[in-house]
Amino acid sequence: MLPELYNYWVVIVLMMIGFYIVIVQGNLIKKLIGLNIFQTSVFIFYISVGKVEGGSAPILAEGVSVYSNPLPHVLILTAIVVGIATMALALALVVRIKNAYGTVEEEELQERDLRC
Amino acid sequence: MLSHLPILQVIVPLLAAPACLLLDRARAAWLFACMASFISVVISGLLVFQVHQFGVLSYSLGGWDAPWGIEYRIDLLSAYVLLIVSGIGALMILAADTAIRIEIPSERQPLFYVLYLLCLAGLLGIVATGDIFNVFVFLEISSLATYALIAQGRDRRALWAAYQYLIVGTIGATFILIGIGFLYSLTGTLNMQDLANRLPALESSATAFTAFAFLMVGVCLKLALFPLHLWLPNAYAYAPSIVTAFLAATATKVAVYLLIRFHFSVFGVGFAASVLPLHSIFLVLGLVGVFVASLVAIQQPNVKRLFAYSSVAQIGYMIIGIGIGTVTGLQATLLHLFNHALMKGALFLALAAIVFRFGSADIRHFAGLGQRMPWTMAIIVIGGLSLIGVPGTVGFISKWYLILAAFERDWWPLIIAVLLGSLLAVIYIWRLIEVAYFREGEGESRGEAPLSLLIPTAILALANIYFGIDTRLPVYLSDSAAQMLFGGGP
Repeated sequence: MLPELYNYWVVIVLMMIGFYIVIVQGNLIKKLIGLNIFQTSVFIFYISVGKVEGGSAPILAEGVSVYSNPLPHVLILTAIVVGIATMALALALVVRIKNAYGTVEEEELQERDLRC
Repeated sequence: MLSHLPILQVIVPLLAAPACLLLDRARAAWLFACMASFISVVISGLLVFQVHQFGVLSYSLGGWDAPWGIEYRIDLLSAYVLLIVSGIGALMILAADTAIRIEIPSERQPLFYVLYLLCLAGLLGIVATGDIFNVFVFLEISSLATYALIAQGRDRRALWAAYQYLIVGTIGATFILIGIGFLYSLTGTLNMQDLANRLPALESSATAFTAFAFLMVGVCLKLALFPLHLWLPNAYAYAPSIVTAFLAATATKVAVYLLIRFHFSVFGVGFAASVLPLHSIFLVLGLVGVFVASLVAIQQPNVKRLFAYSSVAQIGYMIIGIGIGTVTGLQATLLHLFNHALMKGALFLALAAIVFRFGSADIRHFAGLGQRMPWTMAIIVIGGLSLIGVPGTVGFISKWYLILAAFERDWWPLIIAVLLGSLLAVIYIWRLIEVAYFREGEGESRGEAPLSLLIPTAILALANIYFGIDTRLPVYLSDSAAQMLFGGGP
């Protein structure tokens, strides 16, 4: 079971690592890296779903009868674009947080908010 | 032209957004955004009429028929929610020009309208589409715009609130994406109608069950169901007031719509009922949400934050309606979607007027407000009464149907709990009224809010009373939609 489905195990491991980082890390940038790993695991999941063993790219050619399913791959292209947009926005927010507070550590942020 | 209405509903604000970017003057951008929003209202009005007349509208994007192409599908439920979202969106944009004058620096004002229209397009898209992956895309369009809108707040805590919402929102959206992936790998289709046909045969499949769980948790993060609501109070409290008013009245409504759509239309009411007591979970979380959020609301010194917590409580009522699990219960939820949009729209817009005059919505500014801003305060009183559920306001109608649904089931404890929850609302509204009418204001006197802010607010407040008396339109729409969802009909 493990060898054939190893990419799904990779998905689960990555997903948990990413999720854990988002929850545990106090540094805003590291949190984002965790979020990115979390999203990436879903990308791999979609790509694995669409792949047919021994299948080629979905282009009609002589002598090829097995094709991979292109739809999940196309879907995940959209999700990757969304992920990049999210990351860009999040990093922009972190830059502004750094300017406004002078720190990107969650604990220090909350301390500074309480003080004023 | 009329047959293209479903796509026009989404495409008009979506195209208006980048066009708005080309207008670098705030006033021009505002007029343009107003125009686009009002076209949206007209379209959604026509859609309600068409659905009422001819039944479900199906629109194949680019002429590719479903289930291969993307289908836009407008039934009564989506037409109803489209009407709420676009109607509130248009009223808010009327007030936006004045409301953002002091809250957003003038060079960023044109960009505000771009974000606003993008958010509107995203929300309308979620409701209009019949394709489950399209839902994810529109969800992210509206969410990304929302994060940026919240970050426009003057307080630096707005940035932190936006960041927290971004993290939670992205996790929620990714959960939905995982759910969609499971569904696709199981059924090979993304069309909701097609999924609804194929899923009943796969009810015992662990994959379908996992997909269901991921989708539900993802949507519940978005709709701020207790205990997943922690992002909401800060986001609402520190966002510019007009953004808060818009989000409170539309974004959570769309998330509730999505929950209903997945739960009732895609999976079917009975899905996984033997494995997961979803309705009991909804009932418990809804009730706990009502009480905890109301109790926290009572202690808030910032009135915007107070109403943010009250929103979490009101979402609790909507979830209770679903949890009751009958047609009347669902109808109560749908009615509360409409009614809560009216009351929170009016309340947060009135707060925008107060922020316009005083610079913040702290409760100490409320001292003597009954004399200083009589109209704004009157609107807050109407909205507050509606929130409590006093007869003659829309709030009463939703509470009435909720209690009726509980009564049908003979669930007396639930009826008592709903009434107790309303009493908690009395406490926090009374706190405002006491300060505003029975305490002397100090410092220089400041006058009433400008008419450009007051008129949209007054329209919403009057709608609170009008639809509290003449309930035909929302009751008819919610009743037919609820029956359609339970009948598994068209």
